[in-house]
Amino acid sequence: MATETITATTGQAKREAFAHTTLGRVLRYSLVRLVTLGVTVVIGIYLTILIANMGGYVDTIMRNEIRDNTTQSILANPAFRSLTPEAREKLIQEKIALEEKRLGLDKPFISRSIKYLVNALTLNLGRAINMNSDSGSRQVRLILLERLPATLLLAGTADLILFFSSVFIALGLSRRYGSLLDKITIALSPTSSAPPWFYGIFLILIFAGILHVLPFGGLVDSPPPETSFGYGLSVLKHLILPASAIIISSFFLSVYNWRTFFLIYSSEDYVDMARAKGLPARDIERRYILRPTLPTIITNFALLVISLWTGFTITETVFLWPGLGRTLFQAIGLYDTPVIVGSTIVYAYMLGITVFLLDFVYALVDPRVKVGGGNQQ
Amino acid sequence: MSALIKSTRDLLRYPSAIIGLLSIGALLAISAYALVTIPYSEATRLWRGGEDVWYQNPKYAPPAWMNFFSNEKQPVSFAVSSKEGGGMTKTVTVGEQNTSTILITYSFDYAYDKFPQELILYFKSSFQDKLPFVSVAWITPSGERIRIADLAVDRTQTFRISQDQKLQKRLKTEDVLPALFVEPKSESASPVKGTYQIEISAVTFEPDADVDVEFVMHGTLYGPAGTDQYRRDLMLPLLWGTPIALAFGLLAALGTSLLTMIIAAIGSWYGGWIDELIQRITEINLVLPFLAILIMVGTFYSRSIWVILGVTVLLSIFSGQIKTYRAVFMQSKVSPYIEAARAYGTTDRRIIFSYLIPRMIPLLIPALVSSVPTFVFLEASLAVLGLGDPVLPTWGKVIENAFADGALYRGLYYWVLEPAVLLMLTGLGFAMLGFALDRIFNPRLRDI
Repeated sequence: MATETITATTGQAKREAFAHTTLGRVLRYSLVRLVTLGVTVVIGIYLTILIANMGGYVDTIMRNEIRDNTTQSILANPAFRSLTPEAREKLIQEKIALEEKRLGLDKPFISRSIKYLVNALTLNLGRAINMNSDSGSRQVRLILLERLPATLLLAGTADLILFFSSVFIALGLSRRYGSLLDKITIALSPTSSAPPWFYGIFLILIFAGILHVLPFGGLVDSPPPETSFGYGLSVLKHLILPASAIIISSFFLSVYNWRTFFLIYSSEDYVDMARAKGLPARDIERRYILRPTLPTIITNFALLVISLWTGFTITETVFLWPGLGRTLFQAIGLYDTPVIVGSTIVYAYMLGITVFLLDFVYALVDPRVKVGGGNQQ
Repeated sequence: MSALIKSTRDLLRYPSAIIGLLSIGALLAISAYALVTIPYSEATRLWRGGEDVWYQNPKYAPPAWMNFFSNEKQPVSFAVSSKEGGGMTKTVTVGEQNTSTILITYSFDYAYDKFPQELILYFKSSFQDKLPFVSVAWITPSGERIRIADLAVDRTQTFRISQDQKLQKRLKTEDVLPALFVEPKSESASPVKGTYQIEISAVTFEPDADVDVEFVMHGTLYGPAGTDQYRRDLMLPLLWGTPIALAFGLLAALGTSLLTMIIAAIGSWYGGWIDELIQRITEINLVLPFLAILIMVGTFYSRSIWVILGVTVLLSIFSGQIKTYRAVFMQSKVSPYIEAARAYGTTDRRIIFSYLIPRMIPLLIPALVSSVPTFVFLEASLAVLGLGDPVLPTWGKVIENAFADGALYRGLYYWVLEPAVLLMLTGLGFAMLGFALDRIFNPRLRDI
């Protein structure tokens, strides 16, 4: 469907020429994926809202916000100063009723839920009950956006190291399969059944509790270093343990899976042919094994990243890492419903963005990827 | 039957399968033991009881076996009661004018290098009007006799030896316990090892009056598993956590894999819009933040383990696994035996459930076993977030409590490590078995 809208706008001949360049192919593919993923994310967030509002929690968030705003505006308005407290209270109640009507809180749930969906999509997440952002704001959006960089730092570092190290180690192992190192990796692959926080406990215990070489948790030393270089170094020091925990928890299984995968691929005829021609091992690996398997590797990586996203809540909590996950944990403790609903929505967004980015990379590396009906017409 | 024997023999060729089976067997044995010895009501009472249930235990006490690893032996807690015997002797001598004398003695070997945290006497007496009178004496290994207290005891009365101000004055020190355990003349500050005796003599003034006493020493170590911040014996959650973890993991894995398979089979058999719908739902499910939604459900609706289990299964059905199954079903859909079945007019339902799905069992079993740890850890993760079942004692709860109390910062490693080791055992056990099963059922992997 989305393809047709694109093809309709571009001319037939122009389209043909455009479709043959890599850039054009990737752009078209990305556009279509963006639209479908956009729809997927919207549905995902809508479902989240439905689940949250089964107990009327989104309604409560809205009502509280209205009451806060109305009360504030009336108390701050000098024109109402002269009123008696009772009259003012009555005025506030009337205004609240009006405002609720204006925002459609008296309407049936279906039309209300659309309203909430628009709010969520524009990250208009309401006000927190107990929590503050570091700048003192009660806006859920600000609280969450403030914590996002910390989560992205941790996730980015851990995922990238995990990805590159496991792919290249797996390649190395597939070359000498049956060696001791290979056997050790196979034997250790069941360790990946435990989540990152679990390894985090042991890492904290060993490196912070017994050896005292790395901090127990947090993002920077307290007080934070004054120079930005010192600050960065301190963050790096705090990053080691949580990132290692995430990497360890998936490392051996990833290596094992990819090693098996490479082994299957390296018995293909064209690889044997390349070997027979006497090409160096490095070239064979790069051009004949890695290149054709890259799309699959990226798909697997995407699934891994997605499964890691959700696990961050507890990893961050264990390491006191001030990211989104820990915010969610604190919100549970404080029963701060707007923050809980807001975090869920932000997570849904981030999953959508991750899937999209990886799709984009996928299209870049896989020449076979074409937009849905590209060749049918 | 012979196929079963053959696959068992195949399985035993893999060391990882043997280790996996052994650890799963051990866990099943622990579960059975826990369920038989501690009934559910008793388990929840011991877990949520309050100070009345746990008063005999010290706080934050590491397990008794810590002494094996240390040269400095720490005192192990104990509790004895004159009602139950257990080394405490009680003799009643009836005297004149309705009085009687009750002598309760208890001797114990003290061979530790540290002082206990507290010595406590819990008196229970029965009488009409006149309170019984009790004097307590402490006899050291060298035979020295120290008067601890003389007091009239009420129906229930607690006497903490270290807190008694009269005794502090008499011994001229605020630290009563070291004074009871060291040799006064020697310079050494460590307790004298040997047999100590506590002697409680009570006089009652009524015919049916009686006095019983419970003597509790809060050492720095306790029992086989130690205690937490509420004085709870950690043995209970460790034992009872096993059946809960296994039940949750197995039920979730079974429910998820079976439903995923059935849905994949239906989708690929009927094709068309049903298949399309299933594919789209899978994509939407991919962007639904699984843990965050579970957290929402846990906070807003119910923390009951069964609700969480249901939601977990619901959210895990439409996973990436559905695509794998679908690909295989698409292949077997066009195979001759299905065509033959269709030719003689078999119903769709029969084809799906009797012909398609059974063919997939070799693929299902390894995936099922391998996914058990994920769910066991999921339950623990939720408990660590404070969303565990409020009633049940689970491993995750122990870890949560330990974290909330800063166990790692305070060096109380046993508190975190004990449940962690059990979690590890469960995770590794199922993962290793699944790993071996995968190689047996997917011959393509076998020689690699």
